[in-house]
Amino acid sequence: MTIVLDPTAGKAAASIETVPRPASLDGLTVGLLDISKARGDKFLDRLEERLSERGATVARYTKPTFAKPAPVDLRHEIASNCDAVIEALAD
Amino acid sequence: MTVTEASTKPALPDGFIAIVKKDCPTCELVVPVLRQLESEGVSLTTYTQDDPAFPAQLASVVDDTDLAVSWHHDIETVPTLLRVEAGTETARTVGWSREQWEAFTAVTGLGAELPEQRPGCGSLSVDPNLTDELTVRFTGSTLRSRRIELAAMEDEMEAAFDRGWSDGLPVVPPTEARVLRMLEGTSRAADDTVAVVPPDLHEVTVEQVAVNAVMAGCKPEYFPVVLAAVEAACSDEFNMHGLLATTYFSGPIVVVNGPIAERIGMNSGGNVFGQGNRANLTIGRALQLVVRNLGGGRPGGVDMALMGTPGKLGMAFAERETDSPFAPLSSDFGFAAGENTVTLYAGQGPTAIADQLSRTPESLVRTFAKALLNECHSKLIIGFDAMLVVGPEHGRIFTEAGWDKARLRAELDPLLIRPSDDLLRGVDGIDEGLPEVFAGNDVPKFRPGGLQIVHAGGDAGLFSAILGGWVGGAKGSTPVARAIDL
Repeated sequence: MTIVLDPTAGKAAASIETVPRPASLDGLTVGLLDISKARGDKFLDRLEERLSERGATVARYTKPTFAKPAPVDLRHEIASNCDAVIEALAD
Repeated sequence: MTVTEASTKPALPDGFIAIVKKDCPTCELVVPVLRQLESEGVSLTTYTQDDPAFPAQLASVVDDTDLAVSWHHDIETVPTLLRVEAGTETARTVGWSREQWEAFTAVTGLGAELPEQRPGCGSLSVDPNLTDELTVRFTGSTLRSRRIELAAMEDEMEAAFDRGWSDGLPVVPPTEARVLRMLEGTSRAADDTVAVVPPDLHEVTVEQVAVNAVMAGCKPEYFPVVLAAVEAACSDEFNMHGLLATTYFSGPIVVVNGPIAERIGMNSGGNVFGQGNRANLTIGRALQLVVRNLGGGRPGGVDMALMGTPGKLGMAFAERETDSPFAPLSSDFGFAAGENTVTLYAGQGPTAIADQLSRTPESLVRTFAKALLNECHSKLIIGFDAMLVVGPEHGRIFTEAGWDKARLRAELDPLLIRPSDDLLRGVDGIDEGLPEVFAGNDVPKFRPGGLQIVHAGGDAGLFSAILGGWVGGAKGSTPVARAIDL
């Protein structure tokens, strides 16, 4: 019998509960985060058009660089101002 | 054998203490002397290492077959005679010497039949065959990691794969004895915090890094380099999270400067980026296992690399400082030559630069510029960093011409400036390129600080190399240097 030491941190990353999915976007604010990848803005412009047609208010945000996680303040701002957020990674 | 699990030092009674073992001719020899001391009324306690019945006919013999007393009181030789006053050892003598024992005990006429002196034997507590077991027994309880018992039928190599601890190669099972040995490689405390490791942002200790360094195959003397590398990789400027998450190829590369590189046997010469050197291969691997097992960063998870690079198994090398035309890489980050440092660079494996005909630095620098301009994409500028690795036969051309790193940079920089109009989107029939807003400018290939220059490789071959980088600077990763604390 061999005893070894656990090489992992022994705990999972903190899990975060998401808010319930809204039944409709009517009157809600939807956040769109541009991660600063080339031509991501074009994709998000089109999303904004489509969401506005459905009666949603769109708030646009931009990460300083795609190569780093979004700054805490930016995440907080999005969470405070938006009812829903579309999170996506495009390349 | 009785077993004391306690890691506390057992107290000794006041008076004289003898530590002996039966399997030692000198101990056998001094048994009459011990009896003589007892009969003279000397307060004597004898600890026996291998046979509780030895020595016979002594009033006060204590079983030390678990070696707790011997180990904690650093007994290296038997017999050892200690003097203990008010619970504290005040003197010791080892082996047999009539003169010393008489002076020590203030009893004369000891062992009249015995020779004048005899050297002792090795204490069982320092027996190389027992070292690991004893270290675990007496210090193992200080380890805080969770113990995982592998089943008797379980292959310990397969067990690591099954539990997801491996990077794809076999790992060394991290037993308590091996982890304790790894911890001896550093003066830092096992519970000292090293870094907060991305992506899961777990705060990890020296001990947790040691477990992964064992698995990577490191020797204890590599461990200070591993600790410095983990610390540097987890700094905000290096941005290990982004480097892990990118679809691009790069991973963390550890460049070592200073005398420690040679002392631990790192390779800075032939096949420097290849196989065959344990230190180079396992130091980089330990860092990546830390990111995997303690940070939770795995391929297919947060690691979204399109193709990756073989160097992501682990990549570390030493700069060839001895005959380098340049000051060491660490000096570009404010360290003095001769200081032990790691510099973390986000990069990939080597791309060859062949130039076998240049014999002047003016010609060679143009070759370097042409190769560097093609790094990543000849129409992309500023975004990606690079590291130029000058081979020794190329390096000699700079040495002979008296070019140091500053001179090489000064000559290289203007050659790395391109007219942006040649790089715009659509130029040369290639959609990739700079947006129109850059039109009409001269633009440098690399951001300021985005090109590192080092000297490495074997004696023969008129080649150099580029280690392609990643997004450089505040938008991506900045190379980070750290001192190595021994």
